[in-house]
Amino acid sequence: MAEPVRRDFMLGEGAGTGSGGQQNLHVGVGPAHPAMHGIIRIQTEIDGEFIRKADVEIGYLHRAFEKDCEVGGYNNAIPYTDRLNYVSPLINNFAYAAAVEKLLGIEVTERCKFIRTVMSEISRVCDHLTCVGASAMELGAFTVFLYMIKAREYLWELVEDVTGARLTISYGRVGGVKADLPDGFAAKMTTAFKETREVLDEVHRLLTGNRIFMDRMVGVGVLSREETIGYAITGPLLRAAGVGYDVRRAQPHWAYDRVQWEVPTQKDGDNYSRYLVRMAEMEQSMRIAEQALAMMPGGAINVDFEGRPIDPAAYVDQGKQGKTEGLLLVPITLSPNLQGQNRAAWNQVNAHDKRVVLPPKETTYGSIEGLMNHFMLIMEGYGIRPPLGEAYFATEGANGELGFYVVSDGTDRPYRVRCRPPCLPPLAALHRMIEGEQIADLIPTFGSVNMIGGELDR
Amino acid sequence: MLLDLGIVFGRVAFVMMFMLNLGGILTWVERKQSAIMQDRIGANRASIFGFRVMGLLHPLADAIKMLTKEDFRPARADRFLFSLAPFVSVFFALVAFASIPFGDTLRVGDRVIPLQAVTLNVGVLYVFAMLSLGVYGVMMAGWSSANNFALLGAQRAAALMITAEIAIGASIMGVVMVYGSLNLQDIARAQGNALFPQWLGQWVPAWGVLTQPLGFILFLTAGIAATKRIPFDMPEGESEIIGYFVEYSGMKFGMFAMADFLETVVIAGMTTALFLGGWQVPYLMADGFHFPWGAVATLPQPAVAVLQVGSFVVKVCVVIFFMMLIRWTLPRFRYDQAMRLGWLGLFPLSILNIVLTGVLLLLLGGRA
Repeated sequence: MAEPVRRDFMLGEGAGTGSGGQQNLHVGVGPAHPAMHGIIRIQTEIDGEFIRKADVEIGYLHRAFEKDCEVGGYNNAIPYTDRLNYVSPLINNFAYAAAVEKLLGIEVTERCKFIRTVMSEISRVCDHLTCVGASAMELGAFTVFLYMIKAREYLWELVEDVTGARLTISYGRVGGVKADLPDGFAAKMTTAFKETREVLDEVHRLLTGNRIFMDRMVGVGVLSREETIGYAITGPLLRAAGVGYDVRRAQPHWAYDRVQWEVPTQKDGDNYSRYLVRMAEMEQSMRIAEQALAMMPGGAINVDFEGRPIDPAAYVDQGKQGKTEGLLLVPITLSPNLQGQNRAAWNQVNAHDKRVVLPPKETTYGSIEGLMNHFMLIMEGYGIRPPLGEAYFATEGANGELGFYVVSDGTDRPYRVRCRPPCLPPLAALHRMIEGEQIADLIPTFGSVNMIGGELDR
Repeated sequence: MLLDLGIVFGRVAFVMMFMLNLGGILTWVERKQSAIMQDRIGANRASIFGFRVMGLLHPLADAIKMLTKEDFRPARADRFLFSLAPFVSVFFALVAFASIPFGDTLRVGDRVIPLQAVTLNVGVLYVFAMLSLGVYGVMMAGWSSANNFALLGAQRAAALMITAEIAIGASIMGVVMVYGSLNLQDIARAQGNALFPQWLGQWVPAWGVLTQPLGFILFLTAGIAATKRIPFDMPEGESEIIGYFVEYSGMKFGMFAMADFLETVVIAGMTTALFLGGWQVPYLMADGFHFPWGAVATLPQPAVAVLQVGSFVVKVCVVIFFMMLIRWTLPRFRYDQAMRLGWLGLFPLSILNIVLTGVLLLLLGGRA
């Protein structure tokens, strides 16, 4: 009874017209498909196992990030940027903050530059671990995925230590970062990197020479060097095609020009090259992070005040009673939530610019200038007010050039925030990579692109 | 008469229970073994009155869950074939084990009971006939679901099954030649003889893995392909086409999963029977141990039978463990790569193995 209906359904458009000729099978992969992490739809036309035509449909995760940014103050956009590339949110935070800083024309402190470098590189390792692991899982090697997630877990614990959260970290601030690195961070990072290196070594042994893995990856999803450049693809995909372009190298910022590292490249531009580039980049990222941490100025927080810390309430009381003599030199006991935010640390990690950066808590509570400064930045209609103008700042996100373009009309809200997502160009080229390949190759190729829905659809 | 019937029933029941229970426990083994391999704890939550027994209750919980789930059927599905398919899959996987011997004979009084559900003189062919028929369930499922992914899965399963079966068939020909029988019981018995007694004395038993090392590797590879599990799980390919059972839910889905596990048990049983000496325990004869250094330990016949059955079960478990190890280590082949491996790798090598075996048999003058 369902015969003609089923034929239509199976064969797609034009079926059942009695033409009798060869017809391709229409298969819609996604948006609800186990391998379409994030949400995306690839409408394919297949002939047997081969993909003849592919149409990539994006936009399922659009949530008006750019418009949202225009609604609040400049720092209000930070939590939104967490949700762009949710696998390495720290890089988004810092890139956005740096774009606004460029607009303001302020320079962050040395320590902040190094913190941003270290945390960005840790995030990059997390991102690559997730990408390679997920690709391996989609090829059936589930064990590799869990090994890599184990390594990521060690790194996320580090991130948690620093930012207080695992994913929606909101750690960057215009003019600095939320708080200084916690005590014992260096030791924890050493341990975490040791574990990560062990996992990477294990994965190398499991995958890199594995016959099945190579068969599935070598020569699959190839995008030529010319096409890669033509589609404006950056990041691991570009480097896998043989172009050693890396924003960290091309436009050095933060501490990237002060550490020794290499830009790994491969020649073939296929999935296997992308895998190798990512594996090599993880090692380079760890190298950068280790060097940056070693070179970080003002490692320990200098205790440059006298006396025992006192309770914030008592501190405020004393201020109200006019007992302000020497009060600004006395530290206050901060809640554990505010670890790394006492005045000494605060001044090390944040730019010394009253237009942009909130004063430390001691100054806010203990002096009228501090209080006024605080309110001038917090109150509705005040806040950070960059001069009229525009600025574009790019850093190397985990998937390529991650840029923020911010336009100011002189008010406390951005006139326009535009994000250049590293995922978008590869997705535009995805059909070039998968057409002519087999349907089973769609999955590893899509995995090697490492599409992150939050960043792609914004 | 009634007693004979009872004995036959008992033999069949033993195999059925063995298969079904092992299949059920395998879901637990799969979870726990993969968990250990992946630095996880694994399923350990299901409990009865607080007893968790290392997650052993999970197969039970799974069964209850699957039985109480909605039995979904897509609107466009072919109602009859859609419902029939999982039963076909499970049925053929279950009956395939019937001719695999799990022991020699048990003597009770003057009765001689063969420890095998069905004594067939073409047991090898029977097992493969049943395994091949199992693929019809998969194809029915794929076609009747009216889902493009399922259809692709069914197509792949059919192609894979032909590839695997041919390689399996060709790779065991060597064994059949060496032991001169298609009867699995005879093959198992012949593996108790000594290998090259003129040179090695009574020290080494003539197990298939020693007389047919190439055949063993080929058979195990093709056998894993026949179970449709990683690295040959293209019919399922959960991240690519989700699989031929994409539209199934509840116990029908559970039956497909079960069929895969049962096929694993069958392949493990076949590997044991053909290559690992079946129920043989080294140096154990019908009346007890005869060690090659001359010592003899006499055992009563029932004890010998128990040892043999135990030996068979242990061997099957070891092979299953090995298959699980592979399943959780390797990535998946692509469709054409599996075909190439089957037709250009396994099949020619199996033929080569047959030729080599023939030549060697001729040179050595007869059977091992």
